[in-house]
Amino acid sequence: MTIGEKILAAHCGKEKVEPGEFIEANLDLILANDITAPLAIKEFEKTGVNKVWDNTKIALIPDHFTPNKDIKSAIQVKILREFAKKYNIKYYFEIGRAGIEHALLPEQGIVLPGDLVIGADSHTCTYGALGAFSTGVGSTDFAAALITGKAWFKVPETIKFIYYGKLNKWVYGKDLILYTIGKISVSGALYKVMEFTGETVKELSIYSRFTMSNMAIEAGGKAGIFEPDEKTIEFVEKRKKREYKIYKSDKDARYSEVIEIDVSKITPQVAVPHLPENSKPVEEVEGIKIDQVVIGSCTNGWLEDLEIAARILAGKKVHSDVRLIVIPATPTIYKEAMKKGIIDVFIEAGAAVSTPTCGPCLGGHMGVLAPGEKAVATTNRNFIGRMGDKTSEVYLANPAVAAASAVKGAIAHPDSI
Amino acid sequence: MIFKGKVWKFGDNIDTDIIIPARYLNTTELKELATHCMEPLIEDFSKKVNKGDIIVAGKNFGCGSSREHAPLAIKSAGISCIIAESFARIFFRNSINMGLPVVELADASKYFNQNDEVEINLTDGIIVNLTRNEKYKIKPFPKFLQNIINSGGLLNYSLNKRKPK
Repeated sequence: MTIGEKILAAHCGKEKVEPGEFIEANLDLILANDITAPLAIKEFEKTGVNKVWDNTKIALIPDHFTPNKDIKSAIQVKILREFAKKYNIKYYFEIGRAGIEHALLPEQGIVLPGDLVIGADSHTCTYGALGAFSTGVGSTDFAAALITGKAWFKVPETIKFIYYGKLNKWVYGKDLILYTIGKISVSGALYKVMEFTGETVKELSIYSRFTMSNMAIEAGGKAGIFEPDEKTIEFVEKRKKREYKIYKSDKDARYSEVIEIDVSKITPQVAVPHLPENSKPVEEVEGIKIDQVVIGSCTNGWLEDLEIAARILAGKKVHSDVRLIVIPATPTIYKEAMKKGIIDVFIEAGAAVSTPTCGPCLGGHMGVLAPGEKAVATTNRNFIGRMGDKTSEVYLANPAVAAASAVKGAIAHPDSI
Repeated sequence: MIFKGKVWKFGDNIDTDIIIPARYLNTTELKELATHCMEPLIEDFSKKVNKGDIIVAGKNFGCGSSREHAPLAIKSAGISCIIAESFARIFFRNSINMGLPVVELADASKYFNQNDEVEINLTDGIIVNLTRNEKYKIKPFPKFLQNIINSGGLLNYSLNKRKPK
């Protein structure tokens, strides 16, 4: 069995599961945010049930339109807050203590290797970086799990990706996943698990792995999983709030496809509008003038991402025609970045540094684009109108390319700074 | 279970930010969601749709976010059914859960033009393009799926099932 199949089997009390099989499985954690939870709570309340399954295994995180951008979003968050109080939800995070859900939950040791997690947010697949099986669902599935603690699944097939070769300078998890999506398309892993393996992934930091698992959904994937190793254990041991279990794929595990990727051929990637599959080497798009740069999001808002950007921005100024917006993903990341002097670097360079929020990634607030404007962003989607007006454009890149582009005023290779 | 209407044709990879841009997700009001449905591609889509109209699309319809607001916006705009060559996983499940029938048909884009009249029979698994006078076979919707659609979604279906007869 693959790691994904093993986790699913363990959570439905079976020795073995096979792709295509339907199972009902017990969940370790369920989560929703200020966009998806209000719908789920409305549904939950319609049922007349007045008890949640387990208040210690539910996370409600206001992170999308927070700090509230308008009265309507304030009402949405109020629904979460009141529900969390009423049912004594353990992992409700108030503004100021909340971070972007997919960084906050692993950072706080709330999701762990071997877990089975559903979240009413498509980027729930992020926790695959720790060797968990986690996947996005709608509000109704979340509402049902609020009551039962269970979800049904069709056991997915798995595509094995083998990354080999030496990583080039300025190449990170973001570049590998953009390259991979470019190769297989935005529906290349539809309904399937992407299992990320190979000698190169051992070299990747845990944060680069989070970025890759995070974007599995951009290829249609149900999950994006790495086998835990020493780096995983180092990350979770100092954070864990409970025990966890490590699963690994068997040598004879069956895959629907095996795709080998020589990373030595990959240079920093940029996905041009309007799909994440439109990835190209940065060299091919250098010089495109931009209006805004966003560094942050559940994809690239970790301390390591900010450090990479700061290395380029140190002693430099953001181009006079560009707004640079930097958003640490969690309060802890913000604090650590302050201690390390990274926030100083950003402010000295002329960036706006924001409290944690998903804000601009989905065109919510904190950096919405006007008609015709172009942005380089370390986020995950460059769909039409994603960051603002329907004629605006988003170019997806890693934090080094984003920082270099902010200095140049145009899409730039980090080496050009 | 039969749906009949005019075709609204879309391409591949219609994402959830097209279906309902995220900036409007600060509400769960159905009428308001409908007002902004497909806004980046078609202004006032919901006003132009006649109740019962049908969407025909290419591959990977509904890719992107897990927002249930997406099928809700389409349904509230008056669309009765979506035919696509394939659907994104989360959107597919959300649509059924919201009581919006979604049907996979290989090469669907080739079989329909904008404004064609279409009849979909989910019980028998037959789609008829009345304009071209052509028939296509699909997998029929099993009874429980039809019941979910008729109940207006999974939750109402579950509640109805619980009620004593």
